[in-house]
Amino acid sequence: MSAVPTPTDAPTDAPAPRVGLGTRLGAARDADWGPVPVIVGLAVIWIVFQLLNENFLSARNLSNLVLQVGVVGMLSLGVVLVLLIGEIDLSLGTLAGMCAALMAVLLTNDGWPVWAAIAAAVAVGAAAGLLQGGISVIVGVPSFVVTLGGFLAWQGVQLTLLGNAGELRVEDEFVRGIANSYLPSWLAWGLLAVAAAGWWADVALRRRARTRLDLKVRPLARDVAACIAPVAFGALVVAYLDGYFGVPWLLVLLGGIAVALGALTTRTQLGRHLFAIGGDREAARRAGVRVDQIRVLVFALAAALAAIAGLIAVSRQFAVSTGTGGGTLLLEAIAAAVIGGASLFGGQGRVYQALLGALVIASVENGLDLLGKPSSTKDIATGAILVAAVSIDAISRRRRAARGA
Amino acid sequence: MPEMTTTEPLLRLEGIRKSYGAVHALSGVDLDVHRGEVLALVGDNGAGKSTLVKTIAGAHAADAGRFLFEGSEVRIGSPQAAAELGIATVYQDLAICDNLDVVANLFLGREQVRAPLAGRLRRLSNAAMEQRTQQVLADLSVTTLTDLRRPVSGLSGGQRQAVAVARAVLWGSKLVLLDEPTAALGVEQTDMVLGLVRSLAERGLGVIVISHNLSDVFRVADRIAVLRLGRNAGTFVRAESEPDDVVAAITGGRLLSGAKA
Repeated sequence: MSAVPTPTDAPTDAPAPRVGLGTRLGAARDADWGPVPVIVGLAVIWIVFQLLNENFLSARNLSNLVLQVGVVGMLSLGVVLVLLIGEIDLSLGTLAGMCAALMAVLLTNDGWPVWAAIAAAVAVGAAAGLLQGGISVIVGVPSFVVTLGGFLAWQGVQLTLLGNAGELRVEDEFVRGIANSYLPSWLAWGLLAVAAAGWWADVALRRRARTRLDLKVRPLARDVAACIAPVAFGALVVAYLDGYFGVPWLLVLLGGIAVALGALTTRTQLGRHLFAIGGDREAARRAGVRVDQIRVLVFALAAALAAIAGLIAVSRQFAVSTGTGGGTLLLEAIAAAVIGGASLFGGQGRVYQALLGALVIASVENGLDLLGKPSSTKDIATGAILVAAVSIDAISRRRRAARGA
Repeated sequence: MPEMTTTEPLLRLEGIRKSYGAVHALSGVDLDVHRGEVLALVGDNGAGKSTLVKTIAGAHAADAGRFLFEGSEVRIGSPQAAAELGIATVYQDLAICDNLDVVANLFLGREQVRAPLAGRLRRLSNAAMEQRTQQVLADLSVTTLTDLRRPVSGLSGGQRQAVAVARAVLWGSKLVLLDEPTAALGVEQTDMVLGLVRSLAERGLGVIVISHNLSDVFRVADRIAVLRLGRNAGTFVRAESEPDDVVAAITGGRLLSGAKA
């Protein structure tokens, strides 16, 4: 190991020890790059499509992009939780379709109030996830198999609910509004201001807590950058989308749930345990983590998020069909999580980066649509991006393993 | 420290028996460990070392025999029971999560949390945990762990061992069992881990080390207990014995060729 002062006797603001270029490059490779790779990838995709079609970065198209990302994005939030604990859930797509169909039947055929129909759909989704998680954990069947069964079964339920017509329209204004209404300008800026204030307070409080305990703190410049960058980006988004209809409510819904899940995974004891289970289930169990309980909980949570994704799908199409939630939807959501840095091997991943991954996929599809390419081209492009992202994951894992040995 | 042998032992085992079916893994083993003492447990493969450690760790219940911990008789029926007594076991696989950092591993399962939400949704007190980690590592004179916020996957074998040992110390354990702590380590790493074992004893903890490596044993142990075929085959005070005596006890009197007759 390099001769660096021990943590205890290192003064908090000592001049950095002189390090060679090799060490620095090594440190750069080892460092947690966080969202940088996916943001760079996104920037490249956006620049390429903008060069190919000048409408790509127009306010109107970016507004569409936000709406396009909704279903996959919401699903990918559930996927990333499941991946974190080292499991997989193949049923989330058809689960979303089933919950969407259930809500439509309750709303349109049975005349339930909208809040009750939505609550029932989410509750049934969570219960389905609970069932799958329970079978996987208690019986010991791999989640891959249980949720493969679920994938088929929930689709069957969806077909049964929709009956012979195979489609059900939804007229409810609230449901239609989820993906088709926009914030007034003042509210968008107000929400941004509240979010910014909360974020700044969080950064400042964390810094103060570390300073009080005499711990090493990040350079002030980095904290300032961490304060400014996301807020500046948010302001850019709000200002830009205001040039069309405004900020879609869907973006607030996605962002709100992503922030809540982000806090859950990175700031709470439960979140720490999710990472531990994904890293080494046996070690976590021996350390007293209630592994089985948490695994079941995660399947239920992911399924509830899938139900919400189903509602968004209904809101986008004004209807439920037999194809809602089917096709490549789930695979795209898994791809989004992995492109966003989640590991298929468990224990790695960040919630909000899954949304960025979903944005990558939606951008590729949207851009190819604008260029008038057929869906075959979109499938090929999305597939190639997924394989590239997983390859990067595998290579970086191998690097880490090689260093650890 | 070795002079403390006159006081009451921290842990005393009397006549411990354990069978797996028809196989008698332990047939009446006695053992004493004192505070501030490193006791090495040696023996050939199948001598019963691992079984004995598992009964102390609560992983397997003994069939017969008495456990006296700090003078009073106890039953160690489960790992939780052992942990509650203050017995910590560092297995060979270390049971640490590679994707978590040093602090998270030390506190895993017993994180320091605070309001506002209840249960496992309480927030982690990361700064407080990091400070406590620094203190524990400094107490143990572990100086090679500089970045407590990096995943432990990037650490060397010795550093990972240090993390696992520090976890035992953090929770106020009185007795630490180490299963082959230096297996698969290089020379420098072995030095570090042996130093760590000594500093545990210097803090007043009782330490039991299982090892195959007699040169390590002679560097770190105060006393050496030999098991052979599930029975005691002698206890040696390190300062008064030669490795050959221990080898003879391990093998049952047959000296290795080349050793003095």
